[in-house]
Amino acid sequence: MPSSWGRYPHATPRSVTNISWLDDVRIRQSDAPNLAFGLGRSYGDVCLNDGGNVLCMEYCNNLLAFDVQRGIVRAAAGVSIAQLLAVVVPHGWFVPVTPGTKFVTLGGALANDVHGKNHHRSGTFGCHITSFELVRSDGSRTICSQSQHSELFAATIGGLGLTGIITWVELQLIPIASRLVVEESVKVGGLAEVVRVTEESDSTWDYTVSWIDVLAKGRALGKGHVLRGRFSEISDGSLSKIASYKPMSIPFECPQWLLSRPTISAFNSIWYHRQTKSVSSRRVDFNSFFYPLDAIGKWNLLYGKRGMLQYQCVVPHEHGVDVVAEILGLLQAGKASSFLAVVKSFGSVVSPGILSFPRPGITLTLDMPNTGQRLFDALDACDKLVLASGGRVYAAKDARIRGDVFRAMYPEIERFLPYIDPAMSSSFWRRVMKGT
Amino acid sequence: MVIIGATSAIAHHVARLYATRGWKFFLVARNEERTKAVAADLLARGALDVQVYVADLRQRDLYADIVKKSQNMLPTIDVVLIAQGVYRNQDESDADVHVMLDDFMTNAVSVLAFTHVFASVLESQGHGSIVGLSSVAGDRGRRSNYAYGSSKAAITAYYSGLRGRLHKSGVNILTVKPGPVKTPMIADKKIPLAANVELVATDIAKAIDTRRSVLYTPRVWRLIMLIVRMIPEKMFIRLKF
Repeated sequence: MPSSWGRYPHATPRSVTNISWLDDVRIRQSDAPNLAFGLGRSYGDVCLNDGGNVLCMEYCNNLLAFDVQRGIVRAAAGVSIAQLLAVVVPHGWFVPVTPGTKFVTLGGALANDVHGKNHHRSGTFGCHITSFELVRSDGSRTICSQSQHSELFAATIGGLGLTGIITWVELQLIPIASRLVVEESVKVGGLAEVVRVTEESDSTWDYTVSWIDVLAKGRALGKGHVLRGRFSEISDGSLSKIASYKPMSIPFECPQWLLSRPTISAFNSIWYHRQTKSVSSRRVDFNSFFYPLDAIGKWNLLYGKRGMLQYQCVVPHEHGVDVVAEILGLLQAGKASSFLAVVKSFGSVVSPGILSFPRPGITLTLDMPNTGQRLFDALDACDKLVLASGGRVYAAKDARIRGDVFRAMYPEIERFLPYIDPAMSSSFWRRVMKGT
Repeated sequence: MVIIGATSAIAHHVARLYATRGWKFFLVARNEERTKAVAADLLARGALDVQVYVADLRQRDLYADIVKKSQNMLPTIDVVLIAQGVYRNQDESDADVHVMLDDFMTNAVSVLAFTHVFASVLESQGHGSIVGLSSVAGDRGRRSNYAYGSSKAAITAYYSGLRGRLHKSGVNILTVKPGPVKTPMIADKKIPLAANVELVATDIAKAIDTRRSVLYTPRVWRLIMLIVRMIPEKMFIRLKF
């Protein structure tokens, strides 16, 4: 049963079909709407289709072509970044943009126009797509690129799967000489310092991100670590080695008290203090740098039956620190607790995607146990703040934003509407477009 | 590697493991578009060369041509993997003898035929492996899938005898007996406890490399089938599974 990573909301599709071969991909005639599904790593309901037909693309994982010299790979939309890396890393290539987990499909990464720790240098995933093929309900199979069907290309990138079903994706990889990433971690005392060190780091490091403690109060609000990194340029023979880390997995849905305010607060404190030096530097395998949480399988089960909400917004640089501080204040007042809150700076590289989320500014991401109405009210208040400051919220993480607020954040929706395939829809889209 | 029934998900996943080692592949299957998709996938993963031969495996006049073309491409054949198979609900086989026979043609007759012709090839070569995809269903005919089970029992018995014939020849004969595996073959059937195809493929590759004779995958099925085989017939016939 397809579900999203936050395990909220629940959705019961009318039908679930597993597709294994690209020639089987078609949108069948039905009175129920259709949506493709990858690995279910988005958080809210963008990947859900309650009462509709779901086409699972996970087993559509053939590679179509890989140019080892130029680093261009064409792969079926169900190939995950993890599977892709297993093939391309030994040849000295890496994905140009990666989200915080490698267990996402290429189709899902494109439909959500994902971003990573290097947005300030490289933009979003969509910036590196050379072409893809889209199947639509009129029976068409269209190859889209910047020069062919460019409007459909732009609508599908970040288009949340609403323009049709992506069958294959072609992207330009980046060259690497080693599996190892040179990583530096700077301990910082508060939010303003986080933002300042991030902006300094952006000029000399390829990858930057910060982990902050959102339960700390007063001047310590937002204290944490700024993590920055770049691939090691030394050809150390590591490319052909296979990482031998044994992932553990959460075996069952955990009780709700496991991740609650007191336990999270304790964790945050230990996490902050574990680094004793103010700047610590080391070389790590790329899996540890890019995908630390992937080492714990099914970590979303730690949040228990009620599931979790993730909230990600971006606010413009001007007054950015103040707005983020105010958001954290609202959440503290609403007794929301979060660990692993993340702050990053988005740069000005423009994505081709119409509905692409990133804009230049500061982006804040929080995971919170779903504590119900009080949390929803606090998040509604955060939304208003974000909207007023000229920012927006990320659809791929959302489970509860009000439709009118979302539409106000994304005036680009007008330009997107004509490209929606009439047979496609998602629980998210029906929720935010209700009443229009 | 020669793969008969190359669009089998299990065979494809085994092939992927050998593609990264730079092997060459001669693929034989009925669906041209899908076999070419398998070929492209193996090439992208590192296969040095892949050729496709399109054929309905139930045809009985193509064996010589297939052997000839495979030897043209691969003067030395290291592994022959025979993987074709269809699975349907037992009541469909019960309803029509021709449906039952047609499936038997694919699942048993063609598998034995290809095994037979390639056994001679490898015997003259003096080395190599033949790998046949049987099933736990072949260990004992069960009410829910005895048509399928009987074809797999044919494979198991034939391979067992062939192993005896070739044990001094340098050719390894491997009978693979998977439990249910999550593949398109059983996609629309409600079968619980199905294993991941990647895990099964890894087990098979290891068994090929270590020249095993019989492989149950996942391993627990060896114990399960041991017990199933010991149940007295009078009791077994009452079981609905």
